Amino acid sequence: MDGVAIQTRNLRKTFGSKVAVAGLTLEVARGEVFGFLGPNGAGKSTSVKMLLGLVKPTAGAARVLGSRLGDVAVRRKLGFLPEHFRFHDWLTAAEFLDLHGRLYQMAPARLRERAGALLELVGLAAHGQKRLRDFSKGMLQRIGLAQALLNDPELVFLDEPTSGLDPLGRRLVREIIRDQRARGAAVFLNSHLLSEVELTCDRVAFIKHGEVLAVRELRKMTSDELAVTLRARNVSAEALAGLERRCGPVEREGEQFAFSVANEDALPGILRDLVAGGADVFSFSSQQLSLEDLFIQIVGTDGGL
Amino acid sequence: MGVWVITGLTFREAARRKILLAALLLGLAFLGLYGLGLHLSIAESPLGRAPGRENVLLRRQIMNVLLSLGLYAVNWLTVMMTVLTSVDTLAGEISSGTIQAVVTKPIRRWEVVLGKFIGFAGMLTLYLLLMAGGVVLEVRVLGGYAPPNLLRCLALMWLEALLLLSVTLAGGAWMSTLATGVLAVGLHGLAFLGGWIEEFGSMAQSRTAVNIGIIASLVMPSEALWRRAAFEIQGPAIGAFGRSPFSIASVPSPAMVLYATAYLALALALAIRRFGRRDL
Repeated sequence: MDGVAIQTRNLRKTFGSKVAVAGLTLEVARGEVFGFLGPNGAGKSTSVKMLLGLVKPTAGAARVLGSRLGDVAVRRKLGFLPEHFRFHDWLTAAEFLDLHGRLYQMAPARLRERAGALLELVGLAAHGQKRLRDFSKGMLQRIGLAQALLNDPELVFLDEPTSGLDPLGRRLVREIIRDQRARGAAVFLNSHLLSEVELTCDRVAFIKHGEVLAVRELRKMTSDELAVTLRARNVSAEALAGLERRCGPVEREGEQFAFSVANEDALPGILRDLVAGGADVFSFSSQQLSLEDLFIQIVGTDGGL
Repeated sequence: MGVWVITGLTFREAARRKILLAALLLGLAFLGLYGLGLHLSIAESPLGRAPGRENVLLRRQIMNVLLSLGLYAVNWLTVMMTVLTSVDTLAGEISSGTIQAVVTKPIRRWEVVLGKFIGFAGMLTLYLLLMAGGVVLEVRVLGGYAPPNLLRCLALMWLEALLLLSVTLAGGAWMSTLATGVLAVGLHGLAFLGGWIEEFGSMAQSRTAVNIGIIASLVMPSEALWRRAAFEIQGPAIGAFGRSPFSIASVPSPAMVLYATAYLALALALAIRRFGRRDL
């Protein structure tokens, strides 16, 4: 087996005339934390469900850990925290982990050991005998997370893993994700909480209307790409065109201009050209592009609606 | 194997949600009331104690009617229990999303459906044994009467419960909980009405009415199984003696029993197929 955890080509899902996922093409490496970002309704959950065999693609091809979609044997190596974490709520936390361990076909001794360790890890050791129906949203999310890690998966899908969690819980999730990567597992993280993604992911894909708009290496992105704001008068049409040639689309509002550059080496040249072109520059500043800036730049402000 | 994990889960859910306890307590209450009614009708009936061959036969017929009444009620309860307990098991877990964490484990979808089927079938078997067994035992102890072909009768009632279970699971793999309940009860209602049309048609010697009844039984053969079950314990001697609301004039054939068995298998296969293919 090579180092690829997930590979998809033009994966598509339509429900009647509604296109949920238009054509998903991406690749996730083993041992990588991959963020899947997009506005609500962008097709994130449907994509995850296709990769897990819950939803059948209308077209396209994909392989998960080298197996075709829906392969039963490969599910032994997968972990999954569903978006709404609805479980059999009449079970106690310990019974719940026992059930899912048996579904994973784990040996009883190993299951006991893992269940105990995971209850400890997610901070529910004191609540093992409590029924899930008496759990808070955050506790359900924690026990769901434990369930997803029972079998030491090679690939974990986390669908909005921090939506019900307080800051402490979120930190716990980040630590767990890092542990998984350290173990060599791949993590596929579905989220719209950009700060979470920024802190944990190696790479992110931005999706909208079920299509990957861009894939960025997060570490690289934060070191190089810069957002530039400029206040100037008398910017000639030629100077503006020159600027757009260099840096792509420029947003303009009166005297304010905003654009991004690939790295800071480009900045002196831009300023020189503007001044040479007759512009009166009052301010010129640059800062690292946050994931939020990038999200808005790539996905747009319409929220994909 | 995954099937047994799901079967165990189904049992445990019924126990945890106090379904087993409620069924047991109300079942015992039913048997208590039935026993009381039986005791009183024997004690108050002058025929019951009078000697003579004719009275023995009459007494037998009364006992048979009382037994049929008890089993009729048990059959009705079993039908309701079947639909009510299993109607939400697939549709509910699909709509809530509970099923998602289950079927993404190394278990095949057919194992989930089959596991649930076996779980509910096991519980219904216990229920039927308790209820029908109790009624038969009470008639034997209090009334000193044992019907013919008892096992065949119970097997047919059991088959009817499994038939409704399969239909309910097939509905649940397809539709919402509510629609599934409407489907299962509605189909049984058709079968029930068809059974009566067939009975009356037979007594009035209307071939058309009998045929309409048979067609209804083909649409849903559940009531036909009960009528065959009732016929089995009726016995030829008692049938010749006279009529009661529980005696069967137009007896569903063994072919109908076979048809019902095939219907059951097909419904279960449809449940498995539909659940296996649908998006969850």
